[in-house]
Amino acid sequence: MKIMVAIKRVVDYAVKIRVKPDKTGVETQNVKMSMNPFCEIALEEALRIKESGLASEVVAVSMGTAQCVDTLRTGLAMGADRGIHVEATGALYPLSVAKLLKALVEVEKPGLLILGKQAIDDDCNQTGQMVAGLLGWPQGTFASKVVLDKENQVATVDREVDGGLETLSLDLPAVITTDLRLNQPRYATLPNIMKAKSKAIKKFTPQELNVEIKSDLEVVQVTEPPKRKAGVVVSSVDELLDKLKNEAHVI
Amino acid sequence: MGIRFPAVWVEVSVPSGPRLVLERFFHLGGLRRFTSESARESMEYDVVIVGAGPAGLSAAIRLKQLCLEKGVDLSVCVVEKGAEVGAHILSGNVFEPRALDELLPQWKHEEAPISVPVSSDKFWFLTKSHAISLPCPFDNKGNYVISLSQLVRWMGMKAEELGVEIYPGFAASEILYDANDKVIGIATNDMGVAKDGSKKENYQRGRLMLLSEGCRGSLSEKIMKKYNLREKGHAQHQTYALGIKEVWEIEEGKHNPGAVVHTLGWPLDQKTYGGSFLYHLKDRQIAIGIVVALNYHNPFLNPYEEFQKLKHHPAIIPLLEGGSVLEYGARTLNEGGYQSIPYPVFPGGAIIGCSAGFLNVPKIKGTHTAMKSGMLAAEATFGVLHEGSNMETYWDALQKSWIWEELYRARNYRPAFEYGLIPGLAMSALEHYILKGRLPFTLKHGKPDHEATKVAKLCSPIQYPKPDGVLSFDVPTSLHRSNTNHEHDQPAHLCLRDPKIPELVNLPDYAAPESRYCPARVYEYIPDEKNQLKLQINAQNCLHCKACDIKDPKQNIEWTVPEGGGGPGYSVM
Repeated sequence: MKIMVAIKRVVDYAVKIRVKPDKTGVETQNVKMSMNPFCEIALEEALRIKESGLASEVVAVSMGTAQCVDTLRTGLAMGADRGIHVEATGALYPLSVAKLLKALVEVEKPGLLILGKQAIDDDCNQTGQMVAGLLGWPQGTFASKVVLDKENQVATVDREVDGGLETLSLDLPAVITTDLRLNQPRYATLPNIMKAKSKAIKKFTPQELNVEIKSDLEVVQVTEPPKRKAGVVVSSVDELLDKLKNEAHVI
Repeated sequence: MGIRFPAVWVEVSVPSGPRLVLERFFHLGGLRRFTSESARESMEYDVVIVGAGPAGLSAAIRLKQLCLEKGVDLSVCVVEKGAEVGAHILSGNVFEPRALDELLPQWKHEEAPISVPVSSDKFWFLTKSHAISLPCPFDNKGNYVISLSQLVRWMGMKAEELGVEIYPGFAASEILYDANDKVIGIATNDMGVAKDGSKKENYQRGRLMLLSEGCRGSLSEKIMKKYNLREKGHAQHQTYALGIKEVWEIEEGKHNPGAVVHTLGWPLDQKTYGGSFLYHLKDRQIAIGIVVALNYHNPFLNPYEEFQKLKHHPAIIPLLEGGSVLEYGARTLNEGGYQSIPYPVFPGGAIIGCSAGFLNVPKIKGTHTAMKSGMLAAEATFGVLHEGSNMETYWDALQKSWIWEELYRARNYRPAFEYGLIPGLAMSALEHYILKGRLPFTLKHGKPDHEATKVAKLCSPIQYPKPDGVLSFDVPTSLHRSNTNHEHDQPAHLCLRDPKIPELVNLPDYAAPESRYCPARVYEYIPDEKNQLKLQINAQNCLHCKACDIKDPKQNIEWTVPEGGGGPGYSVM
């Protein structure tokens, strides 16, 4: 069985981001970029499934500008067998990504599609769900545990939901999106980074996949959240009640 | 414990010279440190360079250029502890392109991030309320205001284009020796070392090693001690300064690209050597910082707080008002100059750049000399590997180069300040206008920096104003702007040679100077359950500046390299 993992190149989680002066977005020039942490978890899960003998190949997919290849190389260094880069220059919103993934799934025919639950730059949490809808595949999102039964072609997924944990049984092929507690991703070792250089990365364009990238979303403005106001020490419970009622309007 | 068999060496003769091929390293017995799946993996190169900074990358580029010229192929590997090339690079920086013109003469046409020529050069003597213009001792015509972190990134790209393999996120933690005490490689800490010590290590073996770790490089210091390189070079000890810097984005009308200002005087006192800098880059960005020589006497001095004070000077407030800080960082730099250059060659390799120490103090520039030293070492290395000569040619080349001539001429500026600010300034004026290095003698440095600290009872505490959150900030806020991060589940990389000394000596005798000079608040004394103050090391905050390794009075703190990929994340420094 083949596993396809979608990975995204985002601003590194440790970077202190700031908004561009023209308010059109977040400053990404001269800023460290890395693989989205949830995508790392997704790739790690795929690699573990392969290492336990339940899958034959892990294919990493990334979409965007040419620099995505760097992220794919990191994925290959972690252990993915092949990479696919869909070259696209404009903004890629979740629905476009989902359509492209659907097209790639039809080419590669994987038994499992694993994604991170959301990207840390836009926090959309939509792509996995959308691609499952487009493919008509079952989905197990916010996965904190995945157990594969190859014989019966079933994946049992523990999901982290608001009320606790929900266990779903999904018929393969299926879409899984990963949450934080699923696993601890491995680091790419130096020899693996070297070996990754010779692994293949195939390029596609949206046109080749017959997908039209048109966005029905437009970012109007990006601003920093308002600065936190200093706290106020109140002298009595009455004063607190008064402020909560008349200033904060919460009671 | 485990028995380690020596590697099987196979010598294969090839027309270009004998090559050493390492077969395997075998380990018997259960060594708790190693995971069961793999033995240490070793990778081999002709040249291994530690540190992807200006010196290391210049050496790598020059080596590949020589390979192309002579039709040879040498494998060159650069390991870098930062998460990416440039992440640990911090410098003022008013760049003299002399070495870059020699290395990559086409840099202007290759989109090098060098685009702001120096447009004005000012020198101020600051008092608490005034800025007195003095004749400018610098000549920056033809130089550029740059972000060295950006330049190094660009150089990294150029190196990779030529076939150099660069591995960021890999920290060289250990030097490997053969039976004859010759350096044969380095071991890198793999990422993912748990606090319990279980880890995998990788070896980079090289026929030749170049150490370009920057000022006070951890491996370089070990090598210099082991092979007595200072004595061999008849050099004095190295002296240092701590530089603390911020990059601000200021309001439109206030920006003057290429403007360069240096100051002397306030907030530092007459006995403390140092000053500040203010450079206008592009995109409304300015670099502002302070440099404090680490041979200061008063253990209550807090360089970080002095920097915060500086920003409140009436001549500086108007510039910063309305602006915001983009990045913060700190790094030590060499001030020893000519007198402190060690013999830079050791069996198996050489030391280049600031790890050896080629900074020109009166010019306050070290990038061009670091790059040139890398280039000279590369030429010597190529000679060794391709023509069978030896690395002594690097030392000879250094002494015949413009590095030597420049540093020799600059040698008496800094030591004159041992006698105080006024004598120092007088000597500087004398040297600059009349003598130009022709004094028939060479002044010596004073005590090593860590010995210069007086005991606390002989000094008066300094009261620093609280940060206002607009121009001045507290350490945690500044630290956040350095994008510093370390994987928390790893052993602390700051080691105490004797764990009792902080509470027995540093705290009572010197009032815990490390809690003041560290620009990242790594060292804090916190009361424990018995209300006794105990040292707490917040290693995760570390900016890799090396100030503690230099200034600790009993040299009890040893800076060792943490897991690769951690530390600061500078992008415009």
